[in-house]
Amino acid sequence: MKKILILGTGCAKCNKLYDTAKDAVDAVGEHYILNKVTDIQEIMKYGVAMTPALVIDGEVKSVGRVPSVDEIKEMLK
Amino acid sequence: MLWKSEWKPLAAIIAVFLAFFYLPIDSLRLKNGVMEAFYLTKWYAQEHVILCLIPAFFIAGAIAVFISQASVMKYLGAKAKKILAYGVAATSGSILAVCSCTVLPLFAGIYRMGAGLGPAIAFLYSGPAINVLAIILTARVLGLELGIARAVGAIVFSVVIGLLMHLIFIKEETARVNAQMAMPEPEVKRPLWKNIVYFAAMVAILIFANWGKPDQVGGFWSFVYSYKWPITGIFSIIFAVVLVLWFEIKWWKMLAISIPTIILAIVFHEHPMIPFAAAVIGLSIITASDKGETGSWFEESWGFAKKIMPLLFFGVLAAGFFLGRPGFEGIIPSEWVSRAVGGNSIAANMFASVAGAFMYFATLTEVPILQGLIGSGMGKGPALALLLAGPALSLPNMLVIRSIMGTKKTVVFVTLVIVMAAATGMIYGAIF
Repeated sequence: MKKILILGTGCAKCNKLYDTAKDAVDAVGEHYILNKVTDIQEIMKYGVAMTPALVIDGEVKSVGRVPSVDEIKEMLK
Repeated sequence: MLWKSEWKPLAAIIAVFLAFFYLPIDSLRLKNGVMEAFYLTKWYAQEHVILCLIPAFFIAGAIAVFISQASVMKYLGAKAKKILAYGVAATSGSILAVCSCTVLPLFAGIYRMGAGLGPAIAFLYSGPAINVLAIILTARVLGLELGIARAVGAIVFSVVIGLLMHLIFIKEETARVNAQMAMPEPEVKRPLWKNIVYFAAMVAILIFANWGKPDQVGGFWSFVYSYKWPITGIFSIIFAVVLVLWFEIKWWKMLAISIPTIILAIVFHEHPMIPFAAAVIGLSIITASDKGETGSWFEESWGFAKKIMPLLFFGVLAAGFFLGRPGFEGIIPSEWVSRAVGGNSIAANMFASVAGAFMYFATLTEVPILQGLIGSGMGKGPALALLLAGPALSLPNMLVIRSIMGTKKTVVFVTLVIVMAAATGMIYGAIF
């Protein structure tokens, strides 16, 4: 089971990353929990200053951009 | 009835009822206010949307997609040289803060994991004031002079305030968060100079399409004015060629929008807005259908438009309703405005600065509001004071800042901003 977090304060890009990540995990067919983190203090704990960021199982995978579905699939492996 | 949950809608209904019951609908002032709201909005729609706002959205979108933010962030990291960090923090808002929602996380990041308090404050202060959209709209609506004063003022004073904050709190250098700042990986797709040509062409289109009519005939400005559309056309062609050569847009698609645009430009040469609009629609169609980077360029631009247009629309309506167009009165009598913030006294500057600091301006709405205030007799100094204190601070964002750096630092920061903004306003008002 993968724990996926989307870090972002609620801008358009953050919502897009959420949707993209959802598409990617659905395509891989993995069991997952997908959550948004909007609190700045929480976001800081991951060492992220540029939102949106993608965190998979506690590891920061991308910062400040929205990766494509294929890229996220690759990260999920 | 469940009073605990139902009192809110009830109160709202009563409030609306009372408002209409006592609505002074025959009052000339109210009628004027409503008419002014529509006049002002119409003026914005005619003068600013197609030629100014839409190209500005495309530029902002392009900055978000094509400029590597990673290359900027490395100057704001924990190991960055301090002097450089201040300079970068003060100016990078134009690249990093294209959207106001990114300012606070970046501020927190620079403060806790990066270059520290001073640069973080510099960034927080200048970011909202020097983002491209804000500067373009300020210069266009409020005049080039105030636009430049705003940008320069924001940059200079962000460094001063950052340094002061650093010196005041030098003893309590914060415990850094252990996490290393996660840097976005730089993506290099094309050499820098190609990007520069691309941005230069876009900015040139924006500048020449909006070239204002000069007061007197003759000289450089009026020469450029009489040829503004041919010049804009030349830059548009350069832009089209750049897109085809370096940005993977198919040449036949580009021709499919260029040819109708050129035909329209010849047929409707009296109404340059028609070919301009056609070109914008065409560009939107090809970029929106793209899956690669030009696709994300369109998406970002559209994202800005979607977010900012409604805010600006209501901002303009409200500014018209309350303050009227320049030279006309809205609901609020002009005397009140000129009494509170007219001239260039200390009190006027201070009032503008404090009001700006606590008031919340949705992105860019400070521009129509200020236009209304200036039209009602606000002095130039207080106007700049409000522009400098306004977008950087508001009550809601003070609360977030407080949660990041504590009450004491926040109070000092807010005080510094208010005093600095008022002082800058005074100086500007005395000179111009």
